[in-house]
Amino acid sequence: MSVTKSLFTIGTAALASGLIMLSAAPAKAWEPSHPIEIIVPAGTGGGADQMARTMQGIITKHNLTKQPVVVVNKSGGAGGEGFLDVKNSKGNDHKLIITLSNLFTTPLATGIPFSWKDMTPVAMMALDEFILWVNADKPYKTTKDFVAAIKAAPDNTFKMGGTGSKQEDQIITVALQKATGKKMIYIPQSGGGAVAVQLVGGHVDSTVNNPIEAVAHWRAGKLRPLCVFDSKKLDYNEKIQGDLTWNSIPTCKSEGLDVEYLMLRGYFMPPGVSKEAVAYYVEMFKKVRETPEWKKLMSDGAFNTTFMVGDEYAKWVAENEKIHESLMKEAGFLASKSN
Amino acid sequence: MFEDIGNLMHGFAVVVQPHNLLLMVVGIVLGVIVGVLPGLGGANGVAILLPLTFSMSPTSAIIMLSCIYWGALFGGAITSILFNIPGEPWSVATTFDGYPMAQQGKAGEALTAAFTSSFVGALFAVIMITLVAPLVASFALRFGPAEIFSVYFLAFCSFVGLSKEPPFKTIAAMMIGFALGAVGLDQMTGQLRLTFGSETLIGGFDFLIAVIGLFGIGEILLTMEEGLSFRGKSAKIDLKVVLKTWKELPKYWMLSLRSCLIGCWMGISPAGATPASFMSYGIAKRISKRGKNFGKGEIEGVVAPETAAHAAGTAALLPMLALGVPGSPTAAVLLGGLLIWGLQPGPLLFVEQTDFVWGLIASMYMGNIVGLIVVLTCVPLFAAILRIPFSVIAPIILVLCAIGAYTVHNNTFDVVMMLVFGVVGYFMKKANYPLAPLVLAIVLGDKAEVSLRQALLGSQGNLGVFFSNGLVGSVMTLGLIALFWPIIQNGWARIRGSSPEARAAE
Repeated sequence: MSVTKSLFTIGTAALASGLIMLSAAPAKAWEPSHPIEIIVPAGTGGGADQMARTMQGIITKHNLTKQPVVVVNKSGGAGGEGFLDVKNSKGNDHKLIITLSNLFTTPLATGIPFSWKDMTPVAMMALDEFILWVNADKPYKTTKDFVAAIKAAPDNTFKMGGTGSKQEDQIITVALQKATGKKMIYIPQSGGGAVAVQLVGGHVDSTVNNPIEAVAHWRAGKLRPLCVFDSKKLDYNEKIQGDLTWNSIPTCKSEGLDVEYLMLRGYFMPPGVSKEAVAYYVEMFKKVRETPEWKKLMSDGAFNTTFMVGDEYAKWVAENEKIHESLMKEAGFLASKSN
Repeated sequence: MFEDIGNLMHGFAVVVQPHNLLLMVVGIVLGVIVGVLPGLGGANGVAILLPLTFSMSPTSAIIMLSCIYWGALFGGAITSILFNIPGEPWSVATTFDGYPMAQQGKAGEALTAAFTSSFVGALFAVIMITLVAPLVASFALRFGPAEIFSVYFLAFCSFVGLSKEPPFKTIAAMMIGFALGAVGLDQMTGQLRLTFGSETLIGGFDFLIAVIGLFGIGEILLTMEEGLSFRGKSAKIDLKVVLKTWKELPKYWMLSLRSCLIGCWMGISPAGATPASFMSYGIAKRISKRGKNFGKGEIEGVVAPETAAHAAGTAALLPMLALGVPGSPTAAVLLGGLLIWGLQPGPLLFVEQTDFVWGLIASMYMGNIVGLIVVLTCVPLFAAILRIPFSVIAPIILVLCAIGAYTVHNNTFDVVMMLVFGVVGYFMKKANYPLAPLVLAIVLGDKAEVSLRQALLGSQGNLGVFFSNGLVGSVMTLGLIALFWPIIQNGWARIRGSSPEARAAE
């Protein structure tokens, strides 16, 4: 079974490169003619991977397309491997990539040559939220308590855990440092789950985990959310811990911490793909959004469910690229141009 | 406690339903196939098959997926022993004695020992999970960067100085391993290292590519040079070999127990199965009376790493369930599956989803028993593979290796790298450079580096962090003792007035 699958993948890859030259597909009612590949530019088990695999499951279960969907992880070089693959698959109508913030941060921090402009935007599926968490045993009940404690202590007293280096978590940490005027020690971990556990174990003082990464520990009373890095409160009213819901968490701005950050969970395709194919996938994603499984994933992870396609999406991406560039420039995270 | 046992019994009732038993067998067989193919590791196998399970109930799905996991754990040993190609990182240590045994015509014994030890290790870990799950979960929380580094340090120390080759060659091989492991993205700074502007190198060298090349291809080249003969020809293909080996195994109960404990500990502190297998092998070699024969086909050298790897692989599921932190890449994919089924791993899983948790634990017992039966009945079949002429089997192995190398990242460049590693492995063997330290350094080098730097970042450069509490301090001390063991042993022997060789000969 798995043998045939892997042989199959090889076959597809070989075919795909051959088909680029032959892709004079009929313009009307485009349908995929062979398996659809979703690239995940991150490791297995992370947020992007979970979303891609959940969608794979939804698409298969509800028969949203006739061809099988294959999820492939290409996580090398902070996801650069996956993006380069898509960039170099010009005109391949059967390849999609799900993005996270490394769409912006990886080329800026490492100099790996790609940008969203090298790809075709398809759709924004959701935005992932970030929350400031502390250990529930610590005396900080509110953001104000915590900020006051940071301000009262010398530089490099408080440790912030986060995923990866020069990526979203560290960008938020730098913004926090700016807002509080104190330096924090940023300790990078390999994944969001490990970050949350380091906080539960008291090895760091705070994290900016996504909701889904930390919710289990919050429910168990081990972690406490202080504020959410969004312009408005989260719109989910299910009780999670005691009477608290996602909606009970104040925004950081209202707590005097003027930092906002959201992470893109969206799809791109290689350059030069047909408009019909893009339209096909947009329709498919719209159907995915209607399924109960998708709605459950959204509420479990307290996602911001903004959906965008076409020019609106491209405009959003362009704006966010600028924001990342200025944030990272300020933090000194840009790769030196020498290599 | 009694309530838990009741829950477990209820779990067994769920698991032994005919369709679940069937899923179990299917899972094990798929897992063995996945484990046998180098490169297509358990993580890939589970990931590929995950969508198939969306239509099942979560309990049935996890039974099938965890059985793929057990199957892959079992299967990894097969190619290690028969062809010197470890299908999974934790099988590397199994090759050290398993392959020489196969060459001596004792493939059946080696396979039986490997499978049985795997079973014992897994069983021990499951019993531990059943009895002390909550306690153990809180122990895992005590592992910060410094503690995790100390565990890696211990793994390195208990392994260094083992090889028969001159220490300088060992160190050289290890340094090459560290250098190869450093290629790619540096997690701590987010910078690329040693890629020389090449786009193909940004992913770094995957451990599997190196191992498939160094061990598998290198071995084929060596065999070709030695005249195209496969030395395992005389392997007996008789089921009696299983019983014969079983008679011998109880002698090693102390070794097994020690390996089980090492494995459980490494699985819970999220270091995982790979350091567990190396550490267990290293310590067994130090302590065993027949330690000098290790590497030449000693059955103890198969029992130690396999027991520890399986105990660790099983114990690694506990932090995944209780804390949401996967102890291995395969566990990471299983974790993704749990979330898709709407189960939230974490401290409350044991309280809120008792059906599921105890179903899973019951399936660990049953899955391993079913797995053992399946693989043991196949021992003669596997051993018979060695009877196929080398000129037929070698091209097949080469093709499988190439497929395996390709599957790791779906990258053709990896296949080229595999061949390069093969040639390197050949020359290293010719020049008597040991391969094991190189592999150990590639597998654990960058992880150890990351936790070292995390710890020092947290302490602002103060080395005292490695002795800052009882846990990290005692593990570091153990590591230092292991590192200087030969000297200590010599000193002790001198005090006692006899050399260690003399005692070993008794």
